Formats: sequence, structure tokens, C-alpha cells
Amino acid sequence: MTILKTENLNYVYSQGTPFEKTAVRNVNLEIEKGEFVGIIGHTGSGKSTLIQHFNGLLRPFSGKIYLDGKDIWADKSQIRQVRFRVGLVFQYPEYQIFEETVYRDIAFGPKNMGLSEQETDRRVRATAERVGIPSDMLEKSPFELSGGEKRRVAIAGVMAMEPEILILDEPTAGLDPKGRELILNQIKEYHKTMGCTVLLVSHSMEDVARYASKLLVMNRAEVFCFDSTAEVFRRSAEIEKIGLSVPQIIRVFNILREKGIDIADDVYTVKYAKEKILEYMKSGGKLQ
Amino acid sequence: MIKDITLGQYFPGNSVVHRMDARFKLVITMLFIVMLFIGSNTIALEVGFVFTAMAYLCSSIPVKLIAKSMKPILPILALTTILNLFMITSGMPLFQWKFIAITDEAVETSVFMIVRILLLIAGTSLLTYTTSPVALTDAIERLLSPLKRFKLPVSELAMMMTIALRFIPTLIEETDKIMSAQKARGADMDGGKLKDKVKAVIPIIIPLFVSAVRRAGELATAMECRCYRGGEGRTRMRQLKSGAADYVSLAITVFFLAAVIFINAID
Amino acid sequence: MEAFAKAEKLDFRYSDDDRLVLSGLDISFEEGEFTAVLGHNGCGKSTLAKHMNAILLPSGGAVYIDGIDTKDEDKIFDIRQKVGMVFQNPDNQIVASIVEEDVAFALENLGVEPSEIRRRVDEALKAVNMYEYRNHAPHQLSGGQKQRVAIAGIIAMRPKCIVMDEPTAMLDPVGRKEVMATVKRLNEEYGITIILITHYMEEAAKCRRVIVMDKGKILLDDTPSEVFSQVELMKSVGLDVPQVTELVYELNKSGLKLDTHIITEEECADALIELLS
Repeated sequence: MTILKTENLNYVYSQGTPFEKTAVRNVNLEIEKGEFVGIIGHTGSGKSTLIQHFNGLLRPFSGKIYLDGKDIWADKSQIRQVRFRVGLVFQYPEYQIFEETVYRDIAFGPKNMGLSEQETDRRVRATAERVGIPSDMLEKSPFELSGGEKRRVAIAGVMAMEPEILILDEPTAGLDPKGRELILNQIKEYHKTMGCTVLLVSHSMEDVARYASKLLVMNRAEVFCFDSTAEVFRRSAEIEKIGLSVPQIIRVFNILREKGIDIADDVYTVKYAKEKILEYMKSGGKLQ
Repeated sequence: MIKDITLGQYFPGNSVVHRMDARFKLVITMLFIVMLFIGSNTIALEVGFVFTAMAYLCSSIPVKLIAKSMKPILPILALTTILNLFMITSGMPLFQWKFIAITDEAVETSVFMIVRILLLIAGTSLLTYTTSPVALTDAIERLLSPLKRFKLPVSELAMMMTIALRFIPTLIEETDKIMSAQKARGADMDGGKLKDKVKAVIPIIIPLFVSAVRRAGELATAMECRCYRGGEGRTRMRQLKSGAADYVSLAITVFFLAAVIFINAID
Repeated sequence: MEAFAKAEKLDFRYSDDDRLVLSGLDISFEEGEFTAVLGHNGCGKSTLAKHMNAILLPSGGAVYIDGIDTKDEDKIFDIRQKVGMVFQNPDNQIVASIVEEDVAFALENLGVEPSEIRRRVDEALKAVNMYEYRNHAPHQLSGGQKQRVAIAGIIAMRPKCIVMDEPTAMLDPVGRKEVMATVKRLNEEYGITIILITHYMEEAAKCRRVIVMDKGKILLDDTPSEVFSQVELMKSVGLDVPQVTELVYELNKSGLKLDTHIITEEECADALIELLS
């Protein structure tokens, strides 16, 4: 079932000035309910502009966005409702924290939705648990926390709205490997338990390769390709041609195939690579 | 959006005016302001107009820009005009309705004031259009440097100004970002009542303030790493050099100012 | 040869009753070296970095830069001129609103002659390939460009060493490449000693020496291939290894006997070709 659909979406910045720039050109997408989509592309490729259309922060210059089959701009006064259903976590979300306690900051979104006291409380506590915020931390000031913890609080603030679609713009930027891992696992967990749709914008090919089942590649304001992760990475040569990198593993397997070893061309994670290599050896009779 | 503010913006170029010594430009601008305010009749104002036009001709700044810089002051202009039109009651009435009367003198004064304010904005804008904030800060620092003797921390103040100028675009961008982020959390920015509006500002102001403090801390460390130790013993790469064009311009300005004083006197 | 920078039994705590951020740390850096420092957030690597140019002073032990004790207050500006620092957020280290004015900042502070400043600023901007942007405002530049301006502002002082505290953490892949290429050139062509703190394992894999820090101490100090071959240890301190190293490790767990020192794609491909054909 399609949850999010765009039709000939166009967006132009600073129209009518010398700085005019098309940020999104003719985007037609259909995103299925429950999918985990990775969005990749250069800075300025239009991915940040695109995701801000999905929750109605930006209004398309032309074209339409459908959420559950309904044009989100059909009734302008209802646009806030769209923002509750499509949660957007910006880059460096910890810089939007403002409340006195972690609890109150996470509760900001649910409160804006007009939820009851009990429901807000339930959501705050459930989300905190989901993202690994211990309950004694809820009463602390968010400004006392470490960078990684702050980031988790900020992400929890959007998750607590329990959006049907969760969009995250580079949620791991600037963190150490462990912090990156923690946050990505929490997103995966949310995706699994809530059964929601997740769109993850990232510069890290390794990360999207590990978590996303589909990839959307943006290039020069247009959709370069939108397909399953394996299919997209099968076109690694084209991806590298537009200046994006692919995971190390893919490049290693490309070399192997160039050297005449007949091995799978859809390998993009370490785990899968290991399986394929062992399989190849078995079939070649090298492993007893 | 807030990004579109042009008042006080610098447009790089290579005209005579661009190349002039910022100190002279600053002094000339001040003389120009004096010229406008002591000029009490139409002819004096015409002199001011000629002066502004000449300056713009020499600066290769497109006239379109002047119009753009006028936009933010239109409300003030409108207000003063309305006040002038209705408050001045001397002279011949041109229009009368019950107790409201508009006289010829009121119209004359209003037009005079409008032209004067427009010239003022156009002239002072030219200073910021053609002078980089850095050069301007330098000029202020150097013009004020005699005050160092009275223990006024002139170079420290100038450094503060430099940093403030540097971070204005950064903070504007940041404000935009925070606003979007809070809107994504359902914050209602266009909320109706004043009380709601004040409340809506908190989720923006606090993160902005926190971020400014953090930036300040990091910047201070970075400045220390680059051997900053206050104004003492500091040299400057850009030396302000005055040339013939500066003295000639100053002479012309003084001449115009004298002309205005003279016109006032014979009036 | 006497080491250029040296920490001896370095202890550091922010205040007397605080825990030790650095404890009994011994490390030295030779002139011209290119070293990566790895460690999870809070392991003390930024604190160590700030000791290299007397932004922080030791609570115990000592730090020597080019033979000068960093506690020597009279020499503080000599030290800061010898060891420059570049930080994570490029926005928060640019002082002036014009690129070349910013690059001149340190030299102005040092009281250098205007004509000499001009020369060195141009030289520094050319060294980071930002000369044509000299009259731009910082906010018109990309992250990678801003970071290169920040680097130019440091090399204008003609330092012997640059300590970089996660200079690529906030950049996109293109900006990261620009900055890394610049840093590499500064090391190779100008012989500037580089100490690079990073979270990107692929950046560390390209250095000649890798230091791993944990709990305020040096855990490992070796070549990248030796360091990354210790996959379990690296993961236990919250770090990562290059994908190819992990693949080799995983394959070896299944009974293969590949060289655990593999850290590049080419090495990995070669080993696999040998294995598979």
C-alpha cells in the first residue's frame, strides 16, 4: 500500500532573482507503507528540500504530494495535522532542545498535538525506553547531557509524536562509531515495533546499505534512481560516476568480478559478503 | 524571509567610491547628514539631491538597489507623512472635511520631509553598499583611536563589531533552521493571540541563545589558538590609504556643505 | 632525534575534585609525522589536543613543544605559533567576514608587518587552494571550503605542527575529501607534522601511525594495519574497523586463514583472488 506519493514535484529557490535555483525537479515517487528507505545524494542534490515537502514545511512550486491518497495541501489549515503524521528530524537535532527537563522536551511534540496528559505521559515514557533514555534521566536538564544523549533526546521528541512516517536527516552526523550504531539501532527498533515507514537521509553508504531495503538516489535536483538496495548498488559504476561513493565491500567485489571470479554482484554488506565467499568456496570444492 | 534583508549589505565592486578610503567615506557621510539637516529650503535640498546623484553615478551601484533599500522604511515614511499632513495647520487650506484640513504648507512640508528622508537613506546606504563591513569597522576603529588615551578599549570594541558582523548571517540561518525544526514538532508559529505568540517564541529563542553561547566559547578558544591577546601590539594587514580621490571628494563635500549654508543664509 | 612534541606522565583534571581526564599519559610526536588519534567521545583525545598548544595546562606531568615546557608563560605565543589547531565546526573558528581578513587574523595578533602579512596570507590561501575565494564572505562557502580557510588561517603562522580535532566530522563526503587532500599535501610538501583526531576509520587507515585512546590513556600506538587487525579490542572500546578488515576477521572466524593486517580494498581483493581462484 502506498503511503506517500509525489506527482511532478518542483521547487525553485529565490524565484525571479539572479540566485534562482531549481532544488527539486519533476519528482515522482511512491513510497510503500512500512518501508525503510535510504536517501543519498550530494549536498545540494535536493534531498533536504525534498524531505521538507513530505511534512508540508515547504510548499511545492508545482506538483502534488499525497499522504494516504490525500493531497496534503488540499486544505491549508490542516497542514499541522500532516506534520504530526510525518515526523521530521533535522540535522543536529540536539540544537532544537529548549525545555528545562528531558521529559518536557520530549513532551513538546505530543502536547502540540493536543493529546491528553495521560497519553502524553505514556508516549514520553514509551519513547524514552525505546531510545534507551533511562527514567532517571527524564528529570534532568537536557543541557547537562553528553552530545550523543542530547541527540537521542531530540530524536525521541519526534518519535513521541508517533508519526506514521519518520524522516531523519543525517541523524548520525558528527558522532563516534558507537554513538552512530546506537542511534541507527534505535531507528531500526522504532521501525520494527511501530511498523512505520522510515526515510533515512545519510552520507554514509555503509549505514544505508545496512539498514535500508530501498534506496533513493538524488542527483542535481532529480531522482537518479529509486529501487531496492541491491539493485541500486548493482549500478555502482553509475553511482560512482555521479561522484557518490559506494561501500568498500562493493568495490572489492567489483575487483573480484573484473578479475574473472564469477561471484554475486548484489553484495553490499559484510555479512552477506562473508556468506557469498564461503558459498563460492563450497561450490568450488575448496572447503571440505 | 529574514534572509532577504538588504539594508546595510555590501556589494563588492571596483568603482572610485568603492576604492575610496573608508575613513573619508565615513566623514563624508557624516557631513552629508549635516548637509541634509541644516538645509531648510527646497534649493538646499536640491543641492543635496545633486550630491547624492553624483555619488551614485561614481559608484556604479544600480538604482534598483536604492529602491530595494527604501522598502523597509516605507512604513516610517508613511507615518511621518500622515502626521505632517494633518498636524500642520498653517497656510492655505487645500482640502477641508469637518475639523480635518490639509493646507498647502502641510503638503509642502510633507514632500520636503519625504525627499529628505529618502536622500538620507540613499546616501547612507551608499556607504554600506560600497564599503565592506571590515573596512568600515577599521575606519571607525581608526577614527576613534585618539580616544584610546582616555582608556576607551577602541580595538576591542572594533573586534566585537567584526565578530558580530561575521556571525549575523550564521545566526539568521540558524534561526531559520530552528524555526523549521520546531514547526516539524507541531509548534504553531502563527498562533493568534499575543500570549500565544510570546509563548511560540520561547522554543526558538532558547536554542538560539544556547547555540550562541556555545559558538562564543568555541570561537574564543579558536582565537586563543591564533594568538589573540587584545588590541595591544596588533598590526593590520589592510592599511587604509588615502589618495587624491579622497581629498578631492572631501573638498567637494565641503563645498556642497558651504553651498547649503550659504543658501540657508540668503533665504 | 629529539621528539618535536612530547607529553610525559601527563595528568589532567578540570578541577581538583574531578576525575582524571588524562592519566599518566606518555606520548611523543616526531617532526613531519602524520598521526591519527582514535577513541570514542569522552576518551580524552580532545583534551590531549588542547595540551599541545597550551590551551590547557597539565595538572600533573609535563608537555614539551620543540623543547619548551608549555607551562612557561612567557613562551605561550611561541608555542601557539608552532602548533596550530583546527576544530570541528568550521563556522566557529572564522573570525572575520572576509576570507583573507580571517587568514590574516593570527599574523595581525602577532604584530607582523602589513606587507609581510599580505605575502603570507596569499601564500597560505594558495596552499589550501582557496586563493580565488579570498574576497568571499565565509557564509558563501561550503563546509569543506570554510574548513580550508580555517586551515589557511593556521598555516599563515607557519606552524611546525597542526593538531586537528575532528576537522571532517561536520562535512559531507566531498568536503571531507577536499580537507583530507589538503592536509596530506601540507604534510608531504611542507613537512608539517599532522595530528589528526577522527572518527572516520578510512581516514585513519591512510595515516602512517594510529593512536587509540581509551579512558585517558594510550591503548594502542602502531601502524594502521597493526591497529585495525585487533578487531575485537577496537570494538570493545567503541571503535570500528574498515569494512574489508571486518570481512577478513569474519572469514577467519569461519576457519579461513587470511592475513589480518588487510586494511585496503586492493589488499583485500588480492587476498580473496588468491583464495578463490
